[in-house]
Amino acid sequence: MALPGFSVSLRPPASVALRDVAKTFANGVQALDGLDLDVRPGEFVSLLGPSGCGKSTALRLIAGLSEPSRGSIAWGAGGASAGPRGRDIGFVFQEPTLMPWTTVARNVALPLTLHHVSAEVAAPRVGAAIERVGLTAFRDAYPRELSGGMKMRVSIARALVTDPSLLLMDEPFAALDEITRFKLNNDLLELWRTLRKTVVFVTHSVFESVYLSSRIVVMTPRPGRVFKEVTIDAPYPRQESFRTSAEYAGYCRLASEALTHAMAVAA
Amino acid sequence: MSVPGRAFGPERILRIALPLVALVLGVTAWHLVVKIYALPPVKLPGPGLVWDTLIDDRQLLLESLGVTLLTTFEGFLLATVGAIALAILFNVSRLVEYTLYPYAVILQVTPVLAIAPLLLIYLPQQGAVLACAWIVAFFPVLANTTLGLNSVDHNLVDLYRLYGASPGQILFRLKLPSALPNMLTGIRIAGGLSLVGAVVAELAAGSGGAGSGLAYRIAESQYRLNIPRMFAALFLLSVAGVVIFFALSGLSYLLLRRWHESAVTREA
Repeated sequence: MALPGFSVSLRPPASVALRDVAKTFANGVQALDGLDLDVRPGEFVSLLGPSGCGKSTALRLIAGLSEPSRGSIAWGAGGASAGPRGRDIGFVFQEPTLMPWTTVARNVALPLTLHHVSAEVAAPRVGAAIERVGLTAFRDAYPRELSGGMKMRVSIARALVTDPSLLLMDEPFAALDEITRFKLNNDLLELWRTLRKTVVFVTHSVFESVYLSSRIVVMTPRPGRVFKEVTIDAPYPRQESFRTSAEYAGYCRLASEALTHAMAVAA
Repeated sequence: MSVPGRAFGPERILRIALPLVALVLGVTAWHLVVKIYALPPVKLPGPGLVWDTLIDDRQLLLESLGVTLLTTFEGFLLATVGAIALAILFNVSRLVEYTLYPYAVILQVTPVLAIAPLLLIYLPQQGAVLACAWIVAFFPVLANTTLGLNSVDHNLVDLYRLYGASPGQILFRLKLPSALPNMLTGIRIAGGLSLVGAVVAELAAGSGGAGSGLAYRIAESQYRLNIPRMFAALFLLSVAGVVIFFALSGLSYLLLRRWHESAVTREA
């Protein structure tokens, strides 16, 4: 849909671009060194690597929760509203990270509450976000009354309530059982397709990353940097049948080999 | 430390019935001992006499109870508000915490019974009693609230920062609610302790003072060898302590029942 007289580059501007990023913690641990990463609008990118390869650190840098020791991070594509303190980023932690003292609806409403959005404006958006993750019947429940998978859904609804263009997810399903994880994988893909978000997804699971991603970024541990990128060309929507396809197995082998090499490089 | 007996069925009946049985047995034994050995009231009054004294002297005793409870309540309230405020200040500034925390500990470990006579020199009696109730109630609230404020989920703090929360929002919407269970633990301990502090100070003031609290009545009755009245006053103090404990436990339960594990009954 290029407009006449408007030159369209093959690669749209990145949602977020990391250039030569290094992060060394106060205790001397070098989490990242020379990390280059471009995330393009609409991509589903997984950062895949062993524990301690700085995946989560990279995600925190992108979220603006931490400052790089060296290098630069540029947020684009979202225009003026993009950036670490803007409303254009949603973050899902490894744990559901809900406030136990209040209801599902109020937890989901938190980002709007913190921005002083009036109750009349917030209510329909909160309702819609809760409905998207299928928890309308539980909007007045307290977190302790929910299962692990449901809590994670609340966490995802909260990240979506501001309608961010960039969704950052830090091993969100790692603590869940396999059946719940598969279900949430499917639901996440559905949300990503219908809402047209850009997702950066941190995981240490080869199988999960292949199933979800349009691109996998394999990272080396200590210090973390990009080792290899694997583009997953399988078409969306992907469903359970994809999990058992030969194509899926092939990509898993590819990603798994890359991961093994990445760890060998570091060792 | 929760309100007992929320479970229904035989368990609940036992939890109410057994203490009552023990009470009846104890009072009966007491009565029999006094009767069989024909003990004079100066040595040990029987339960009936204590009860009669309680009824006969009720105006005097209830007035005194009111005085002691008012001091207790004032000390408790000042301590709770002050301790929460100081805990917040500690949480905001490490330097303040480093500077003042040792003195809060010293205030706590020094026996209040030893401080009371000094306070009585420098403060009017009512002020000294209030100060004692305050001192003993202060530290439990301070220590527990500080612990609670420092135990906030770091991911939630990150989440608040991600959405650009102001320090005020982080304090009132995140840290204080998150510290509430700890705070209530401190408050529950403080309630009973402030009664202890008030009683200790009244006793220290003793007959030298012009006080009218319940502990003062005990000291006064001791001088007059009015042992039944001592028992009656002691009984009222115990009842007051129990009521304070249950009132604060109930408050804690009401505030936490929907979300905190400590207040939730699970089905086996």
